[in-house]
Amino acid sequence: MYFWKQSITMKLSDLKIGQQGIIKEFTDLALSVKLMEMGCLPGESVCLERIAPMGDPIAIKVSGYQLSLRKEEASKIILHI
Amino acid sequence: MKVALVGNPNTGKSSLFNILTGLNQKIGNFPGVTVDKKTGFCKLPDGRTVSVIDLPGCYSLYPKTQDEAIVSDILSDKRNEFHPDLVVVVVDVTNLKRNLLLYSQVADLGIPLILALNMNDLAEKEQIFVDADKLSELLGVQVVKISARNNENIQDLKKAIANAPDFAIHSSIYSIPQASQNLINKISHEFDYDNEYASLLLAHQYSTAKHLSKNAIDQLDQFIEEQQFRSKEQQVEETIWRYTYIDKLIKECVRITPKPSKPSLTDKVDDILTHKFWGFVIFFLILLLIFQSIFSWAEYPMALIENLFSWLDEVGHQYLPDGILADLLLNGILAGLGGVIVFIPQIAILFAFIAILEDTGYMARITFLMDKLMRKVGLSGKSVVPMIGGLACAVPSIMATRNIENWKDRIITIMVTPLISCAARLPVYILLISLVVPDYKVWGLFDLRGLTLLALYVLGTAGAVFVAWIMKHLVKGKIGSYFIMELPIYRKPRWKNVFLTMFDKVKTFTFEVGKIIIAISIVLWVAATYGPPSRMESITAKYESADLINNYPSDELERMESAERLENSYVGILGKTIEPVIRPLGFDWKIGIALITSVAAREVFVGTMATIYSVEGSDDDTSNIRETMAAAKDPQTGAKIYTTATAFSLMVFYAFAMQCLSTIAVVKRETNGWKWPAIQFGYMTLMAYIASLIVYQLLS
Repeated sequence: MYFWKQSITMKLSDLKIGQQGIIKEFTDLALSVKLMEMGCLPGESVCLERIAPMGDPIAIKVSGYQLSLRKEEASKIILHI
Repeated sequence: MKVALVGNPNTGKSSLFNILTGLNQKIGNFPGVTVDKKTGFCKLPDGRTVSVIDLPGCYSLYPKTQDEAIVSDILSDKRNEFHPDLVVVVVDVTNLKRNLLLYSQVADLGIPLILALNMNDLAEKEQIFVDADKLSELLGVQVVKISARNNENIQDLKKAIANAPDFAIHSSIYSIPQASQNLINKISHEFDYDNEYASLLLAHQYSTAKHLSKNAIDQLDQFIEEQQFRSKEQQVEETIWRYTYIDKLIKECVRITPKPSKPSLTDKVDDILTHKFWGFVIFFLILLLIFQSIFSWAEYPMALIENLFSWLDEVGHQYLPDGILADLLLNGILAGLGGVIVFIPQIAILFAFIAILEDTGYMARITFLMDKLMRKVGLSGKSVVPMIGGLACAVPSIMATRNIENWKDRIITIMVTPLISCAARLPVYILLISLVVPDYKVWGLFDLRGLTLLALYVLGTAGAVFVAWIMKHLVKGKIGSYFIMELPIYRKPRWKNVFLTMFDKVKTFTFEVGKIIIAISIVLWVAATYGPPSRMESITAKYESADLINNYPSDELERMESAERLENSYVGILGKTIEPVIRPLGFDWKIGIALITSVAAREVFVGTMATIYSVEGSDDDTSNIRETMAAAKDPQTGAKIYTTATAFSLMVFYAFAMQCLSTIAVVKRETNGWKWPAIQFGYMTLMAYIASLIVYQLLS
């Protein structure tokens, strides 16, 4: 049962506030370098902290700090839930 | 010895720089770009003095912004004039993993290093303990724990700098993959690089490197093609490799006591400051406070400065012998200098606020709140503060755009900020509104004159949004633009830092922008004072004739003479020359002259009107000018000159036109050349012309 749960994937941009996930992969090569430099690595856990009042950008907790990014950028990050 | 401070943004690098150098620092630009270059000197315990450079904050040597590109260029190119002998990598211990990525890259460049673990006070509060000795042993460099904010252990760091060897004592961390070895050898050989990682960096980013010739780039293109070097894949691979290495380091040297996770203070503050409703209310109140302070509080020191200069002018006229030299000194240089100094209060106040907003971490939240709205029109969330500042004055506001990291966002903000109606337009608006708009209450409630003024402000802002939207499609960004941004934790502002920011900005403005302002105002003054000698001589002769002297009181005669002199000066001649061009806008040559003189500053329009119509009374009292202008008639047709159509056309012209040489000077400084100020002057004048043409043709 546990492993079934692990295999569910979704985009970071579809996360709800307070929901957590583990980074699985990126779908944009150039962006992935920047994201990794900012501490978003495959295997790292992320949590959606808040969404800006107008719905975009979003703020996530990753490797101990708060990072904000646009939804469009977040949609390139695939998570295990 | 040259020491460079390198580190991620928000690691306290600037605090450390301020402690090491004190007031003994200099701010300039890196050559060719408008990125702050901070240098200074630091005295070591052994008595030596070393030069210290604070390199811009960056996350990696693979640059994503102009700031990062500079760091990469300086550190990887031994021939760069700022290439350091020793690098102090400043890292935030509370976020060690991400911070060490940059460290590991810099270490591979083979420069002698010191690792400064900053923010230890915070780390220990969060139960993060680093074994500095162990880390030092594993890395092969000196590791010093400091707390720059609390000024702790700085002496240890200075000792470490004094003890640093001249050569790198650490071994390289990342080894170049076999597949790229050929390419790296070729580059190292061809470009005389003795460090493999520097060659690899060149292979990754030669297309944006500033120091390469066209020839060298072509050659590198060919190498890359031959060796089938895949830059992005390589970067991904390398970054993952480095993080694996860092994970091992952290496992060995860092002890984190897990604690129950409860919302931090920053989380709680963010719940309010980024709230749907309260977030905007608070932001609006902060903007109001900033606006209020540069609009009205700055008035007092500005009035003092203006009074000081008019007193100096009076004293000068009293004691200096009449003549060209005294004239140049008082009306040219002194007036120009006054025009520079008068900006200082606004600049100091605006930058105090900006330093506080940046220092506390609130600026990042402004970007977070406003990004979606501002992006639609091609601006950044950070453009809001400069644009609100533009309501008072475009000059400090354009200097404030330096906080916008993205080059394209910054340029667009610079280009549209002068369209926001500034305080200098007010005297012009008020004079013209009182001339043609009746003092009448709409629905017995709203003052029609007030509404007209409001409409002009709305017009300027709408113009700014419109131009930003167009430029969003026209301007091309240089380096890929990401929004991805750290939201730092909230901290108390460091007052020393706030003070230094104010001091530096005022200094930069006075010495770098000031000289351009003074030069242009002297040119304008000469053109408005002198004319073809034959004409000027005949005016002098005319006013010396007994005929006039006997028939008019002397002060009226003086006013008549200065009106006639202005009319026949070079500016006057130019004003008459452009009359056919401005005719369709409803302007005559007298307005043409005022348009030219008010390039110095918009409010000069009022004074010029007074001179041209030889109106008596002071500049402060505009009622005489208004009456004279209201009575002015076209000498040929006898029709009124200042009709509603002309006045509105003129107001719209002032709303859009770049009638401000100080702004031109500051844009030149902030964009590093005459290209952007020229484009700006051109498009704003064109926009003003077309808008005035439409207004005049519709109303007349």
